[in-house]
Formats: sequence, structure tokens, C-alpha cells
Amino acid sequence: MIAEFGLAALWLAAALAALQLVAAWLGQRTGGEALALVVRPAAVTQALLCGLAFLMLLWVFARTDLSVLLVAENSNPQSPLIFKIAGAWGNHEGSMLLWVTIMAAAGGLIALVERRLPERTMAATLGAQAFVTLGFYAFILLASNPFLRLATPPQGAGLNPLLQDPGLAFHPPTLYCGYVGLSIAFSFAVGALLTRQVTPEFAKVMRPWILGAWIFLTIGITAGSYWSYYELGWGGWWFWDPVENASLMPWLAATALFHSVSVLASRDALRTWTIMLGVVAFSMSMIGTFLVRSGILTSVHAFAVDPTRGTFILALLVINIGGALALFAARAGTIAEGERFSALSREGGLVINNVMLSAVLGIVLLGTLYPLVTEAFGVRVSVGPPYFNPVSAIFLFPMLVVLAVGPLLRWRRDTFTRIKLPIVAVAVVGLIVLLAVWLIAGIAFLELLGLTLAAVVAAAAFLPLRGRSLRRLPLPVWGMCIAHFGIAVALFGMSVDSAFTVERLSAADVGQTIEVGPWKVRLDAVEPVAGPNWTALSGRLSASYEGGPAHELTPMSRTFWAPAQTTSESALLTRWNGQLYTVIGEGTPDGRWQLRLWWKPFVTCIWLGGLLIALGGFLAMVGRVAADVRRRVATRKIAVRRAEVAAA
Amino acid sequence: MKGVRWSLWILVAFFALVGLFALQLSRPKDDTVASTMVGKQIPSFQLPAATDQNPGLSSADLADGKPHLVNVFASWCVPCAAEAPQLAQLQREGVPLVGVAVRDEPDDLAAFFQQYGNPFSRVGADKVSQLQFLIGSSGVPETYVVDGKGVIRHQHIGMVRPEDIPDLLARLKEAQG
Repeated sequence: MIAEFGLAALWLAAALAALQLVAAWLGQRTGGEALALVVRPAAVTQALLCGLAFLMLLWVFARTDLSVLLVAENSNPQSPLIFKIAGAWGNHEGSMLLWVTIMAAAGGLIALVERRLPERTMAATLGAQAFVTLGFYAFILLASNPFLRLATPPQGAGLNPLLQDPGLAFHPPTLYCGYVGLSIAFSFAVGALLTRQVTPEFAKVMRPWILGAWIFLTIGITAGSYWSYYELGWGGWWFWDPVENASLMPWLAATALFHSVSVLASRDALRTWTIMLGVVAFSMSMIGTFLVRSGILTSVHAFAVDPTRGTFILALLVINIGGALALFAARAGTIAEGERFSALSREGGLVINNVMLSAVLGIVLLGTLYPLVTEAFGVRVSVGPPYFNPVSAIFLFPMLVVLAVGPLLRWRRDTFTRIKLPIVAVAVVGLIVLLAVWLIAGIAFLELLGLTLAAVVAAAAFLPLRGRSLRRLPLPVWGMCIAHFGIAVALFGMSVDSAFTVERLSAADVGQTIEVGPWKVRLDAVEPVAGPNWTALSGRLSASYEGGPAHELTPMSRTFWAPAQTTSESALLTRWNGQLYTVIGEGTPDGRWQLRLWWKPFVTCIWLGGLLIALGGFLAMVGRVAADVRRRVATRKIAVRRAEVAAA
Repeated sequence: MKGVRWSLWILVAFFALVGLFALQLSRPKDDTVASTMVGKQIPSFQLPAATDQNPGLSSADLADGKPHLVNVFASWCVPCAAEAPQLAQLQREGVPLVGVAVRDEPDDLAAFFQQYGNPFSRVGADKVSQLQFLIGSSGVPETYVVDGKGVIRHQHIGMVRPEDIPDLLARLKEAQG
């Protein structure tokens, strides 16, 4: 019954999305107020119904209702409860339902709270949102029904062991909030194009939504990176895998977008460019989804590969992105150019930032798609770090220099003499670090440059606070400083990890001591361990740092029986200055064990930096929303007082 | 109308992309990670000696007129130990065998050779998987047939099992002729 109830709720939600779309469209054509009045309640109700359907899916997974096909294929009665529930979105159908649920929720939320825009623009935006969402409802209901029943219920198959990890419970929902949150920016952009309302007010309305989606994306990417770092067992934290790129590309576009939205909001410039980025950001989410779900690229994130599904998403891609781009081509010429500004100004810096971010986006897109292009001509290639690292650095590194200088500039027009002093100071810091690292460590060029730029960005990050009252500083400025500092921290971690990691692969006897960097690691024993749905060989290692006290580590080689698969569970030891990373592999016939050890100095800074970036975004968003709330309260008070005066 | 023109180009690029996606969707997917270097000249390289038992390995050593078997291995790799008897048999049959030790330490290698034997005339140390990457090897062990001019003729992925020996010998003979 529960599954049928969920399916019914989903059909109803789809019907409401259709109603929302038709009402918004007719409202646009006839200008009928009555029709437009239907749009907001329809959006809210649709969100509630879709949320209900998703809850029903969680319920059948929590109860392990094996008569539902999806549960039977992806869950196991023996799994712990958290993995039973996480199993609901650890597969194609369930994750698509999660996707559309977030999309409907975001649409419902803007319908509920957003009152600043003209009602006509708002109706057009909600219509666009309904249009996109309706496509995904159709996809789920016609080609990926998660509530399908089985005639004869079997034993559950279990969640892919690599996914039986607490990280999974939070990683996809976070990332989806980001991907799908960008659909709001997309709908706002389409709504603004349809009603020709590209104004600073529109930018202010759009900004918190972009920031929200961007925060989720940042956290999702950071968490995903850490997850693949400790779960895949090779000590790498970024593989330029198509799925990672699929999350990086919308992030790059969203980063460019909220910087250009700031220009539009403050200075009424960059109108068409902002609209374009709004369309591109969500398009990147959709293209990423397509690449992953259609299975046309080889990736560790294999979802059920099915050409009909790929075709369906491709059709959605054509309708949504193609439609928006065509609309843009038709309307872009009619949007008046915004305010002008000089090259040396805050706007100028942000334009360079936007161009560089777009270039990196293009490079990542090209590298991800290149294997597909050559495959069309019968040549198989794989594109990896040797392409992505240096080529994206060509644009990222100059961008970081601009990032250091840009926030010091004034809007509209500035002079170099005004900011000469801080720039010279930052340059000196950079030069000292460059020389010091070069003389002491003698590392490769890219890492050397990375460390130098990390120092430059860190030194410059808090300079915008100079000469301002810290107590009266708006939250968004704090957010900017912290986020920029986070970039420096992450870059520092990446460069140090890449330059100074020590690796040791060996086949060790029990009792043998192996050195890796400053660590001495002894293999004390290898013991069998039993878990809830796996058995494992667990290595007992004692590790001491520069002859200090011994710490115990227990890396495992786990064998799951549902489904049958072996995974390496790495064991990590975190110090303030880095992580010891240990993995145990197979045993040799003569009783030795494969050990993989890494000493990774300051590697944790990578994710710490990611979290700081997200925190900066969060502060900026809170600042913007709080300002909006204050403004609303003030307007209401004024209205009340006026009414009182009029009555008196 | 300037804005319209560049946005039209974006639209064209997008539909080119859609065409590419549609083409790829309609094709069956092949997931074996074979090296694209098969049939090509081995890239020029020079690896230092991995232990003091054998000299190092360079691309010039492979272009000495006779075909070689190049075994990509490591002391920390379990299937590499398991294929040792087969490599020893190939050596007994007079096959010139050279080794590329991936991400390894001299002491570990010496212990490995003492235990499983050393069938190689030369062993190069590939500390950062540089050569491994150049020849398109995606893991250890892998065995390549390289002819007398230094052209890669065949790639054997995974461990050499007893039943693989005749095939490898045939490939070597082919490379000779």
C-alpha cells in the first residue's frame, strides 16, 4: 500500500506541476491576475506532494519491503538501519526521486517567500521551474519508477559495499541540493528573459538562492573528495573522474554567477552575461547528470546504465537547455546594456574573475568530453591529471592574483596609487615564500607556484578589512574574506600534498617495521574480524612519529557477501601537520601482507579550506537574507504608521 | 545585435554536443582499458637500475635487433609473485626478459628476487609510474612484447598464467619475423 500511495502522490505532484505551468503560461498571455494567483499555491502543494512521495520511498526502504523491486535490488534485511535508509538514494531511481523532490521543494519555497519581484516575472519564473520539474516527473514516472512491485519477493541484494559508508548518507543529498538549487537560478533567468526584467532587484532576489546552492555544492564536493580519499584506498583526493568533473563544472559556473550577480545587484552592469551564466550553471548540472546516468563515459560512479534512460535525459537536455539558449539568442539583443565601468575597478576585477572561471570551466568540459569526441573517430583515450592540472592552472593562477587584488578596488573607477601599498606588501610576502621554498625544498614548478599563490591569497584575504570598523562590517564582507582565505588554505594543502607526500608500497612480514617519511610503522598482527554484513582481515599496525609513542591503526580488507565484493578500508592517523594513510591488501602465499603506506603532510588543509569556503558563502547568504528581512520589517512598520496617520 | 550573434554560436555548439551524445548513446560500450600504444614505437626513456643485481633499462636497450618481453611488476604486488614460475619458464626457453619495477624500493626488490627468483637481464626502477604511464599500462602485472626495432607489438594484461605461455611465445616469434 505504501508504495502505491507514494506513486499516487508523485502522479498528483506531476499533475500540479502541469497546472502550475499552464496557469503561468496563460497568465503571461492574457495578463489574467486570477490565473497567476493559482501559480504560487500550486507550487507549494506540488512540493508537499513530492516530499510525501519521497517519504514513502524512505519508508519502504526502512522496512525493507522486498516486494518493491528497487528495495529488493538495493537493500538487504541485515544492513544497519542507516544504510537501509541511505539505500533509498544509492541507486538510479531513488536518487532521481530525491532530485525532483529537492527541485519541487526549492520551487515551493520561492513561491512561498519571494515577494520582491513583479508578479508577472515571478509567475514566469515559477512557470519555468514547473516546466523543468515536469520533465523530470515524466522521466521518473515513465522510465524510472522507484515504486515498481515484484510478483515474487526474493532476498535483498544489498547496497554496493563501496557505498555502505556513513559518507553516502549525506553526500548525494548535499550535492543534489546544490545541483538542483541551481535550477532556481535557471528559472529566474528564464523568467527575467521572458518578461524582460533584468534589473538590480532581480539580481538581489536571485543572489541568496545561488549562494545557497553554491554552499551545498561546495560542501558536497569537499565531502565527496574526502570520501573518495579514504574509501578508494589510493590516497588520492581528486581523480578528474567524469563524475567529479560533473560536480566541479556547475560549481565553477555558480562561482562565476554569484560574482557577476553581485555586479548586477550593486552596479546594474553585466546584465546579459549574468543571465547567460544563470542558464549555463544549471545546464552544467544537467549535462553532468546525463554523462553519469547514460553510461557513455567510463567512471567509478556506475549507475544502472540504460540507453533508454540516456535518451530520455538527452531529450530533457535538448528541451530545457536548447530552449533556454534559443530564448536567450532571441532576447539577448533586446536587453539594454548595463552601466559602464573602467577596467581598473571592482567590476573590472570581477569580469576577469568571470572570464577565467569560464575558461577553466571550458577546459574541464573539454577534457571530460574529449574521450567521447575521439571515440567517435574510433580512437580510445583517457584524459587525466597531466592535462587537467597544468592547463587549468594556466587560468586559475592568474585568477588567484586578481582575487588577491580585486577586493581592494573601488566600484566603478579606481587608481593604482591608492592600492599600491597593500599590493607591494602582498607581493613581498609572495616573493619571500617563493624564494624560501625554492631554496629549501626545490620542488616542481606547479607546486612551487601553488604554495606562493597560497601565501599571496592568504595575505591579501583580510586586507579588505583594513581601515574599516570590524563591529559594523556587513556579514557578506566577512564571508568574502573567509571564503578567499579558505581558497588559500585549500591550495596550500593541495600543493604540499602534491610536493611532499611520501609513498611506500611493500609486502611485509608480521613483525616487520617499515619507514615512511618521519613514521616507523610495524605490522603487529593480521586478524580476522566479523561485521554485520561482512568479514574482514584486519591489520594491526603500530606507528610512531619520529620515535615518539606508538599509535595503533587497523586498516582492513573487507569481504562483503551481499553483494560479494572486497573493499579496502584504509586507516588514517591525523596529526596537526598531516595524515598517515595505511591500507592492507592481499596476502602472499608465504604469509606476507601487502601494505600501502603514505605520509601526507597538511593534506587535511584541502578539506578544511573547502569548509572555510562554504562557511564564507554561508555568512554572505545569512547577511543578505537578514538584510532583506530587516528591510521587509521596516517597510511594514512604515506602512502601519502611514495607515495610523491616515486614520488619525 | 552583437549579443545575438555570440549566443547563436553557443546554441550551435550545444547542438553539436547533443549530436555527439546521441551518437555515443547509439553505440555499444567497450570498457577494456587496452593500451593505445600497441603498434607504436615505445617512447624514449631511461630508467636507473632498480637493484644492484641488474643494470637499468632504456629505450635503446629494447631496439637492439631482437624482440623482448617487458614485464611491468612490483614486489608489493601479489599476482606478480604468482606469475614468477611462468616468467622463470620463459627465461629457461631463452626469451629475453626485462623488468620495469613500479613504485618499489631496492631492499624490497632484493627480497622479492631472493624468494621468487630473478628472470630479468635488466630491471629499471619506475619510481613514479612514468614509463608505466607512457606505455599505457593501467596496472601490475602487465607484459609487453616489443620487437627488435622497439615497436610495441602486444600487451598482455594481468598475470601470465601457464596457459598464456604458448601465446606469448608465438607473439615473440611473430615480432621476430
